[in-house]
Formats: sequence, C-alpha cells, structure tokens
Amino acid sequence: MPADNRNKSSSFFQKNSQLLIPFVAIIILVIFNLIRDPGFFSIAIVNNNDGYPVLQGNLVSIFNGASELAILAMGMTLVTAASGGQDISVGALAAIAGSTLVKVLKSTETITPLTVILGILACCAVAMLFGAFNGMLVSVFRIQPMIATLILFTCGRSIAYWINGGATPTVSSPIITAIGSFIPGCPVPTPILIVLLMGILFFILFRTTTMGLYIQTVGINQGAAKLNGINPVGMKLLAFVLLGVCCAMAGTIGMSRLSLINHETLLLNVEMDAILAVAIGGNNLGGGKFNMIGSVMGAYAIQALTITLYAMKVPSTDVKAYKAIVIILLVVIGSPVVKDAFQKMKNRNGRRMLARKEAT
Amino acid sequence: MTAVTSGKAAGTMRREKISNANLLMFISICIFVIMYLAGIIIWGGGFRKPQQVFDILNNYAYLIIIGCALTIVMITGGIDISVAGIVALVSMVCVMFLKGKLWPVEGMSDGLRILLAACIAIGIGLLFGAVQGALVAYLDIQPFIITLAGMFFARGMITIVSVEPMQLTVQDEPGILDIIQHRIEIGFLGSLNKKGVMIPARMEIGVVIALVLLVAIAFMLRRSRIGRNFYAVGGNRQSALMLGIDVKKTRFIAHLISGLLAGIAGFVFMMHNVSGNATNATAGEMDAIASSIIGGTLLSGGVGNVIGTFFGVMILATIKLIVTASGLTKPWWQTITSGAMLALFILLQSVVLSRRGKKMTLPSWLKFKKE
Repeated sequence: MPADNRNKSSSFFQKNSQLLIPFVAIIILVIFNLIRDPGFFSIAIVNNNDGYPVLQGNLVSIFNGASELAILAMGMTLVTAASGGQDISVGALAAIAGSTLVKVLKSTETITPLTVILGILACCAVAMLFGAFNGMLVSVFRIQPMIATLILFTCGRSIAYWINGGATPTVSSPIITAIGSFIPGCPVPTPILIVLLMGILFFILFRTTTMGLYIQTVGINQGAAKLNGINPVGMKLLAFVLLGVCCAMAGTIGMSRLSLINHETLLLNVEMDAILAVAIGGNNLGGGKFNMIGSVMGAYAIQALTITLYAMKVPSTDVKAYKAIVIILLVVIGSPVVKDAFQKMKNRNGRRMLARKEAT
Repeated sequence: MTAVTSGKAAGTMRREKISNANLLMFISICIFVIMYLAGIIIWGGGFRKPQQVFDILNNYAYLIIIGCALTIVMITGGIDISVAGIVALVSMVCVMFLKGKLWPVEGMSDGLRILLAACIAIGIGLLFGAVQGALVAYLDIQPFIITLAGMFFARGMITIVSVEPMQLTVQDEPGILDIIQHRIEIGFLGSLNKKGVMIPARMEIGVVIALVLLVAIAFMLRRSRIGRNFYAVGGNRQSALMLGIDVKKTRFIAHLISGLLAGIAGFVFMMHNVSGNATNATAGEMDAIASSIIGGTLLSGGVGNVIGTFFGVMILATIKLIVTASGLTKPWWQTITSGAMLALFILLQSVVLSRRGKKMTLPSWLKFKKE
C-alpha cells in the first residue's frame, strides 16, 4: 500500500499531536495519583477464591473496567470516521446482544463450551443485523447517524427486555464466570485479553486490507470516494456492522461479569462515554481521518479518571460532575483557538529570541 | 409576455419554497390529526374528552419548552443535550429553596419565595447557556462534547446538592402548593362525568408559560433579525459569514436561549411534579430531539420550526396513549412502538427530502389520465 505509507510518513507529526490529548490526560492522572498515593499503581498477585493466583491493583482494575468501553470505542471510531456521526445506540445494542446470549444459554439444560460459542455467534449475528439496520438508515436513506440510531436508543432496551420475556435471568456456569473474571490459571482478567484479541483483529484487518484507507476516504469526501471507485454505501454499512460486532463483545463481557442480564443497567450511558473516548482520542467527530489507538487511550483515560475519583472517596453518583469538569478542561486545552494562541505565543517568543541573538 | 412568464415562474417558485420549508411540519401535523382521530374513532373513551388534550399538555409542558430550545440550537447547526440535566437540576434546587433547605426563607411571603425560585431557575439556565455557548462559539469546540459535559455536570450536581429525593408536601408548604398547582378552569371545554356533573377542563400554569414561549419563539424565528440569523448560520456558515453575520455571536445566543429555556422548563417541571429527584426527566434530551425531528427540524441545520416541534411532542404523547389504550400493557410495548413510529417518521422525512430536489414522478398506474 504505497498510499498508506506516504500518508504515514507525511502525517507523523500530525498523528503525534492527535495523540497529545489522551497522552496528556493519562500523564496528568498518573502524576496526580502518584503524588496523592505513591502506592496507587502497585500490582500484587493474590490468590482468588478458587485458589488461583491473579493480578490485583488499581492499574488492573482500570484496564479491566475499561474493557467494554475500549471495545466500543474501537467500533465507534470506525463509524465516526466513515459517517461523520456517532452511534448512540451502542448501550442498547449491547443489552440486546447480552439478552440473546442468555436466551441461547438458557435454551439448553447444561452449558457446554459449544453452547457458549454458539451463543456468542448468535449474539454477534443479532448485533450485526441491528448494526446493518442502523447502517442502512445512514447509508442508503442518508439519515444523520445520531438520528438514525436514536430509534434503537429509544427502543433497544425494551427489545432486550422482550427477548427474555420480561425477566432478568441469571446464568450460573464456570465458563461464563471465566469470561467475566479470570480463566483458571491465567492471572490476567479475561476482559483485558478480549480487548487485546479485538485490537489484534482490527490491526490485522487494517494491515491486510485497504478498509481503513477506504473508510477515511469516504469520511473525508464521499463524492470523491465514489468517483474513485469506492462504494460509500458499502463502507458505511461495513463500519456499522463492525460496530455491531464490538457491541456484541461488550455485551458478552458485561453480561459475564455479573452472570446475569439486566436490560436496564447493562452498560448504561456507555454511548456517551464511547463518543467521549473517540473525541478525547483526538478524532474529528465530523468524520475523516481516524486513529483507533487514540480512542482506546481515551477509553483508558476515562476509566482512570473514574477509578481515581473512586479512590478519592467521591460517591459514585457525584463522579459525573467531576468528570464533566475534567472533560471541559481537556477539550479547552485541545481546542483549535487555544492551540493557535499557543502557537502564536511560541512564534513570538522564537522571534524575540532570534532578535536578541542578532542584537548580541 | 416575458413579464407574465417570469411572474408565473416567480409564483411557482414562491409556492415551491413555502412547501419545501414547511412540508415536514405539515406532514407531522397531518399525522397527529390522523392519529388523534383514529384514537377517537377506535378507542373512544378518554380521547373524546377535551381534557385528554389538556392532560397531555399538563404532563409535557416542560418537554415543549426544551423541544423549542433544541429546535433553536439545531437550526443553527448545533446540538444541546444538556437540557434535561438542567431541567432536573433546576427542579431539585427550586424544591430545596422552597423548602428552605438552601438558606432560611422564614418571613418571606409565599409569592416572593416562588418568584425567587423562578429567578434561581432562570439564573441556573442562563449560567449553563452562557458557559456552554462561550465554549462552543468562541473556542470552537464541538457542541456535542460540551453539552454532554454540561449534562454530566448537571446530573452530578443534583446528587451533590442532595442525595435524597425532595418533595413539597401539603403538610409543610400548603400556601406554595396552592399557588404553583393552581389549575385554570375552562368551562366550555368541560365534560360530563359518570354522575352527569359538568367537570371543567383543567390546565396548569406551566402550559400557559409553554404556549406563550412557543408563540414568542415562533415569532422571533420568523420576524426578528436574530431569528433569521439562526437560519442563515445553520444553512451555510461560510456564506452567513460573508453576508456579514456575526456567526460566533449568533451561535452563542442560540446556546444562551437554549439554557434559559431549559431553566424555565425546569421550573415548569417543578410546578407539575413538585419534587426534586436525580432521575427526573431521564432521557428527556432524547425525547426533545425526537420531537424536534418529528416536527421537521433537520440536525444539519437551517431548517426547522417550533410549531412543528409542538406537534412532535403531541405525537410522542399520543403514541403512548394509543399503546396503552390498545391493550399492549406489557412494559416494553410502549417504547418499542415509539421507536417504530420514530423510524417511520425518519424514513418518511428521508424519502420526502430526497424527492424534494427531483421532479415528482408518480408511478404510471397512479397517474391521472389527461385528456
């Protein structure tokens, strides 16, 4: 891919500046926490209830807790890049996927690895179907993504409720527990491994296919993309279907953590956090160029902030207000006006120094 | 001859322009009327009484106001999802003030207290609007993120102000409840109850506030300079700038008005529910966006009308009534039907808009035979 290579070399600086906000956010949080409590990031290996050694510590809980958000942020990045809008139905879609999984698991007497795999496949299929529905509204009918996904946002959780016939069933199986917490013998929480797996899959997808480049092209200029032989409708649809897969995985993890499906509370308000992760990752919410690593870093930054606030004994209901202040500070620092002002100040300083040098 | 043809062309253009701008609103009004008539004919009962309409208005007065707020912001091409959070925050703070939990209010007359509560509501709204507007307009940050942060902040502040839900009760504050729960009775729209006694239709003060605001905003959007600037900025920011419109100031004012309206809506919500709770007006911003869209406002900006938004709210409310009336009592049906209706409207809009530029061609079997 020569085009891709050229792109990378020319926009290296740009890419770095894009990663600036999440990077600065994480660094600030790390320094703040280290000053407050030097042992904040210490990791210990303890034996859990089943007697297996597992990792424990704030760092692990940050990475573990942000798993769903990180997966959703990956899919949201693609949708944002391709369509120039955001999907606000991811939480509802994850609830639907989780309900489907529970429905499949409940349909058999004993839960074997095969039923779990079948269930995950089924929930992926259902989520992809709903993703395709959203994508069709956006690409074929040209409805703004936020509006198109408003439909599923409104009724998605009710559909999840309906799938299980108005109950919140629990699933008791060692396999589901393993997905939600630890695989026996493996000290790393399974959700982190799933995030890694999804990351590797997307990496392979971008390396071996031109999908990433095409999605960027469609996002930057749909008409030009079409003239160059890229089908914008297909690319947008693809982005939404991939987001559906991400939702299915997030729903699976969310369901497995508690071993039960609660359509009302599963990944509540996660859509806002996912969009925020994409924005903090330095991606333009208007579409075009994207950086998935930035989004994932944004997701971890959000979770780190939440864990920090919890560690400071902030009640969980108040976290939102502090989060809002941090978000506003971050976006103000990253806003074009402030950046320009900084640049001007830098230039002026540089010129002054140059003048001083010439004078001496 | 040329004069005649050009005049004719101008005439058709004018007609086309009007239908373009108001077509979506017209469709939503038609659908509301059809739905309500269907309700009267098929389910009868409550639908036949005028009180039903007033009940909808009483329950959704706050939604009409925040729907107007969103319509204004959406016309300028932005979005404001903090409105429902502000509504909840304002209702909580007002209830706490009226109960005397914020600072002692002994010695104040009930009327003065309510007036001060209204001032607090407007103040909070303006504060949110000003900060968000400044960040969006002058720092050029995406409105979605800023107003999302505003929503988080408002929702978080509620629990910081008070963790427990607050309620104005008749035992504690009879005078205040008497004033804010005053119902305006309309005799000639009354209905006979089972005993044959005439019950007049009842309307809350909040409805009057909402309707007055609705008319004022409709007038402002149509007639005033700032109203026209909203449309110009939303339609094409670049050409608005070239026309000499202060784009930044216009966007700032749109967010300011939106915050102000959200504050008023919070006060109206408080007058109806007399309680403060962290879960007040949950997902209200999505209802407001949905009603704006149903009423024909485009998220891309430049098109919209608050009268349409009003009918959007009425349609959402009527859907809920019809679902309940038709016996789908399982809890999920109401939202699933609302979602399906929303999908229908959105698809209809999309089809209408994509047809707009093209020449209307009916399928051959639908064409009237000429000659």
